[in-house]
Amino acid sequence: MRDAFARVLEEEMEQNERIVLITGDLGFGVLRQIHRRFPDRLINAGIAEQGMVGLAAGLATTGRTVLVYSIGNFPVLRPLEQIRNDCVYHKADVKIVCVGGGFVYGSLGMSHHATEDMSVMRAIPEMICYTPGDPAETEAVTHDMIWRKGTCYLRLGRGNEPKVHEGPVKGWTFPKAITLRGGKDIAILSCGGILTQAMDAAERLAEKGISAQVVSFPCLKPLDTDTVKDLLTNFRRIITVEEHTIIGGFGSAVCELAAEEGTGCRVKRIGLNDCFTTVVGDRQYLRETYGMDGKAIADKAEAFLDE
Amino acid sequence: MESYEALVHSGFEGEPDVRDPKTLAWLIRRNGLEMTHLSRGSHIGSVLSVAEIIAVLYARVLNVDPKEPKKPDRDRLILSKGHAGSAVYAALAETGFFPVEQLKTHYANGSILSGHVSHKGVPGVEVSTGSLGHGLSVGAGMALGAKMDGAQWRTYVVLGDGECDEGSVWEAALQAAQYKLDRLIAVIDYNHMQSLATVDETLRLEPFEQKWKDFGWNAVSVDGHDTDALLKAFDWAKENAGSRKPSVILAHTVKGKGISFMENNILWHYRTPQGEEYDAALKELEAIRP
Repeated sequence: MRDAFARVLEEEMEQNERIVLITGDLGFGVLRQIHRRFPDRLINAGIAEQGMVGLAAGLATTGRTVLVYSIGNFPVLRPLEQIRNDCVYHKADVKIVCVGGGFVYGSLGMSHHATEDMSVMRAIPEMICYTPGDPAETEAVTHDMIWRKGTCYLRLGRGNEPKVHEGPVKGWTFPKAITLRGGKDIAILSCGGILTQAMDAAERLAEKGISAQVVSFPCLKPLDTDTVKDLLTNFRRIITVEEHTIIGGFGSAVCELAAEEGTGCRVKRIGLNDCFTTVVGDRQYLRETYGMDGKAIADKAEAFLDE
Repeated sequence: MESYEALVHSGFEGEPDVRDPKTLAWLIRRNGLEMTHLSRGSHIGSVLSVAEIIAVLYARVLNVDPKEPKKPDRDRLILSKGHAGSAVYAALAETGFFPVEQLKTHYANGSILSGHVSHKGVPGVEVSTGSLGHGLSVGAGMALGAKMDGAQWRTYVVLGDGECDEGSVWEAALQAAQYKLDRLIAVIDYNHMQSLATVDETLRLEPFEQKWKDFGWNAVSVDGHDTDALLKAFDWAKENAGSRKPSVILAHTVKGKGISFMENNILWHYRTPQGEEYDAALKELEAIRP
């Protein structure tokens, strides 16, 4: 996802000289090409995230689209008030880009596990939150984000992630969810890079004769409520998956709508259950440990159908 | 009933000369007192300390036009110490950005004139502030954008001294120096008092001027109530364009300046002027009318 993002950004920067990228002293390898081609439009703000986001808000007032790039929680939690007050409230054309949503930097420990960012960003009024599930979705939403005025949040995974979509996502329209696999027994709604696990779970369920639909939500906010309402009408059981706390994020958004719609469809949220990570490991290890890998999702779905 | 404007302008023969910094500073004090009195609001001490700084900026320094508040080549001003917002509202109204009469809605239900300065619907305000430590970063971003465009306009940021407790101020100070933003001018309302105690008793800033110099800024200290000294300092800061360094003016001020019982009295950070205290304050202001 990271590399797909950098590719699209480079294309857009070539077309539009008012696009500026600010990095918080990170992304050396990924941004090298952009730095080589547009040295005047790549600014290193140093390890100073509050200053970085305030700077971006001010720079945006001069008619620029400003992307702010850092990893994990750094561009989100540290400068949260600058995002809320200086960017979103002022309708600044600033894009907050987080590389490493979820357990991407699994071995580095709790500080580097971005597991509340979606809840926090989603709670800010008027904030737009993109949560692509694979490199193809990343390409589609990055173009959309750069062209869309206002403050946005983009939650990426890492480099070299597996592709879920076979080719590019063509004709994607904001903020539509994307159905990757049809099914009739249960729907698995996925948000972000955990999409690979949702697909794996559907495969495992199929082996047991359970037909699971998989829907990816490359935009967390605004939520594609039309699609969610259809799913709430057409299924009796829905599972949401996110590499993130289950409090306030994607699962919560779906549950809010489910409660309001009252279709009788039950929703189970899969994610971190109000806990910090206390062990480290690679991304897949942590997904397994915290019950959100393909097998765990499949097991929970099967049990849920029996409830 | 007498209008708000007639009340605050009473005693002047004809229209007050708002291009005279001393007159505008007095009007900021008069409006500040009236606005905090009517609204039972706070922060009168800060409004009184920052009065000459804001007055000199709007009367003589800023290239701004009330008829065209968004003209592209205007200078930008950010009041980073947003709690002194009534000083900026007063200066904007008195110089024609919006009706003076509107000042009486400050703090009121449904008003757009919030206690901390707001840009929403208020002509002439660039940035809403209120949480301290934001303005210098945003100002640095504006100055950086101007520099990238080769534009000639300047960015002014007015900070409080207590605000400089915030780490984000020093992040911005490093960044502004790094990007050589020599059209960025910061002014610190250095009244030496915070909300609970003096600066020295809270988090000591001295040697303050040297700190800014060590961070790579041009720095100068002046009497922040001497309008001529302030004008000279702004000229100095403007001439620093080309120095490849941002500039800061440490304006030494007195919290509560102009009303004896409010001067250097911590009580008046939050206390609202009512009853006999309001009457006494008004009398003292009348005595120093320019």
